[in-house]
Amino acid sequence: MTTEALPNTDPSAESAALQQARENNRAALDVTVDKTVGQPFVENPKISTRHVHVFYGDKPAIKDISLDIGRNQVLAMIGPSGCGKSTFLRCLNRMNDTIPTCRVEGDFRLDGEDIYAPGQDPVLLRSRVGMVFQKPNPFPKSIYDNVAYGVRLHGLAKNRAELDEIVEKSLRRAGLFDEVKDDLHKPGTGLSGGQQQRLCIARTIAIDPEVILMDEPTSALDPIATALIEELMIELSENYTIAIVTHSMQQAARVSNRTAYFHMGKLVEVNDTDRIFTTPQHPLTENYITGRFG
Amino acid sequence: MDTLPLVLTVGLLALAGFFAGKHKARLASTQVRSHSRPHYHGYLVALWTLIPALLVVMVWSFASESVITRLVVAELPARIQQMPASEKSLFTNEFKNLANEIDVKKHIPTEAIKSSDSTAVAYQAAQRYIQLTRLSQQLKAAVTLSLAALLIWFTLHRVQPQLKARNSVETIIKGLMIVSASIAILTTVGIVFSVLFEALAFFRHVPPGEFLFGTHWSPQTAIRADQVGGSGSFGAIPLLTGTLLISAIALVVAVPLGLFSAIYLAEYASPGIRTVAKPVMEVLAGIPTVVYGFFAALTVAPFIRETAESFGISASSESALAAGLVMGIMIIPFVSSLSDDVISAVPAILRDGSYALGATKSETIRKVVIPAALPGIVGGVLLAASRAIGETMIVVMAAGLAAKLTLNPLDSVTTITTQIVTLLTGDQAFDSPKTLAAFALGLGLFVVTLTLNILSLHVVRKYREQYE
Ligand SMILES: Nc1ncnc2c1ncn2[C@@H]1O[C@H](COP(=O)(O)OP(=O)(O)OP(=O)(O)O)[C@@H](O)[C@H]1O
Ligand SMILES: [Mg+2]
Repeated sequence: MTTEALPNTDPSAESAALQQARENNRAALDVTVDKTVGQPFVENPKISTRHVHVFYGDKPAIKDISLDIGRNQVLAMIGPSGCGKSTFLRCLNRMNDTIPTCRVEGDFRLDGEDIYAPGQDPVLLRSRVGMVFQKPNPFPKSIYDNVAYGVRLHGLAKNRAELDEIVEKSLRRAGLFDEVKDDLHKPGTGLSGGQQQRLCIARTIAIDPEVILMDEPTSALDPIATALIEELMIELSENYTIAIVTHSMQQAARVSNRTAYFHMGKLVEVNDTDRIFTTPQHPLTENYITGRFG
Repeated sequence: MDTLPLVLTVGLLALAGFFAGKHKARLASTQVRSHSRPHYHGYLVALWTLIPALLVVMVWSFASESVITRLVVAELPARIQQMPASEKSLFTNEFKNLANEIDVKKHIPTEAIKSSDSTAVAYQAAQRYIQLTRLSQQLKAAVTLSLAALLIWFTLHRVQPQLKARNSVETIIKGLMIVSASIAILTTVGIVFSVLFEALAFFRHVPPGEFLFGTHWSPQTAIRADQVGGSGSFGAIPLLTGTLLISAIALVVAVPLGLFSAIYLAEYASPGIRTVAKPVMEVLAGIPTVVYGFFAALTVAPFIRETAESFGISASSESALAAGLVMGIMIIPFVSSLSDDVISAVPAILRDGSYALGATKSETIRKVVIPAALPGIVGGVLLAASRAIGETMIVVMAAGLAAKLTLNPLDSVTTITTQIVTLLTGDQAFDSPKTLAAFALGLGLFVVTLTLNILSLHVVRKYREQYE
């Protein structure tokens, strides 16, 4: 056998290939992100953000991002780990307020209203902008009480019958009702991972928010549960505005109207999902979606 | 050789065995790949030397005294041999005491030996006893050291590359763990049974029904037949109510204060405050209870009496309230420290879930964090409760010794533990009902705390089943 037939056995050839790959990557990393390419802004947005900076202590995590989220649309945020997707998402319902070291700057508007204005109540904001987390986090309560939690907090049901109705409706919309209708008083923590995540979605839509933020909602789930939740997201986008962080390009392509690509705290490119995946304009985006980087 | 130097010598031998074994194993493994690393061979040699040798020392030390006593008694003159058992044991004690005396003074009163009465016999026996004890010490050292040497030689001989020293060491260590655990368990069982048997002896004097349901406690029994008021009554109900009253007051103080301070420390306090406040609170548990008793008797009790009197309520100078309040302060750390730990351990993601639904911080704490932390909190409270039930000193000093059947916190009451102390201090024959009553009370206390523990286990487990 010759060395040409087995190129891997030749150390010099291998290192040359590696070097080439490194060169490519370095070239990709050297591309500076001066300005977001694509279309960060839309007509009559549900949420609009301008010149967002976020710091953890002194360390910047988000650097000058401006982005709109369209009404009744799904926006997918993709990008390598640690690039600030979660941080940006948590700004939108002021969840970062609960982290003492976190400092948020910039202009955030929900329906044109400044959500970081001094008089704004983050607690009230969060009842309008709900959030589903990466790891299913049902409360250690019954399924019923999990869904009723927010409804009771905000006094959205006048009586028990109305509460029952809201709970059932929310579970139905989350596609969970038929599976749990006989066990509503069993603990929510006893459900499977996928069921728990749908329970968390039901809990979120029970208080009828206007926006739902989802941070990698299917990363802990199997393909079947994932497909169910993706279906749900598409359905929900008829009435809600949704922002989702995902590591799955296929998921972004399946569920979202627009896709934003983040890179090291910056927003590189935003566009209609079709265009991002067919004709990315920025080399960093292209590298990422073709799997050459990240 | 005395026991301590002997044990140290055995330890040194084992250490030497360790290095020798390690060295030999290292040499042997230069040619062949060894199953275990050299230091495992060292450990094996050391353990095989240490454990049997120490066992011999232990058994010998425990057994020698009774064996020697029996030998000496067997040599005593027939006159003493024929004495009744109780007198014989008195005589045995006498010569043993003499032996101790001679041992300490290093002086033998020769004139006593010459006299021919029973004292002389005792002196002779004492001397014989000392002689045998010395012999036994020497024999013990000789046997132990030669056993250790033999074991080192034998185990070193066995060191070979294919010896599974690592697995053997593992087995020995596992055995040691099992032995330790069994000692703890057997001790507990032993204590329980000894208390149980003494309590049964008590119930031969006093029917259990009277003890359990009697409402009058006055344990003074007559020592002499002509004493008055000497029958004694052993109704434990006043003690039980006293115990429960004081513990309840203590818990009413400790649970809210402890829980709220835990919540403050875990959820609201800045890290700076937390690092200072938490240890300071835990100091509360480290203050000797007699100091609390002082505080209760000299500061709190008079204050309570004056306050009550200014409202026109009569209060005794020793009150359940004083003892309960101070005890409550004392057990705060049991509640707060454990609760703080479990509250901090509630995952942040659960809190985030609540905030994301538009809950405020206190709503989140009340509806998510506390329920999730409940098993730990219940555990802390029950721990505090058993501490309160077992507390003695504060009660002695601040609540008095009067066994009154009352639920009035301003009255003086007494508790089970305090009565145990008073029953066992003072001159009484060991098998008198008064002394035995202490064991019956102890048994009762044991049953109460055991029930509490089982209850807490049950609560925690049920909760786990529901929410995991
Ligand atoms: N609580 C925090 N304290 C300090 N730094 C943080 C904190 N959370 C995030 N960061 C930092 O901020 C940067 C962005 O983190 P972020 O969690 O937003 O990334 P991400 O894009 O969501 O990553 P992933 O895909 O792995 O979830 C990272 O460098 C991270 O180290
Ligand atoms: Mg993230």
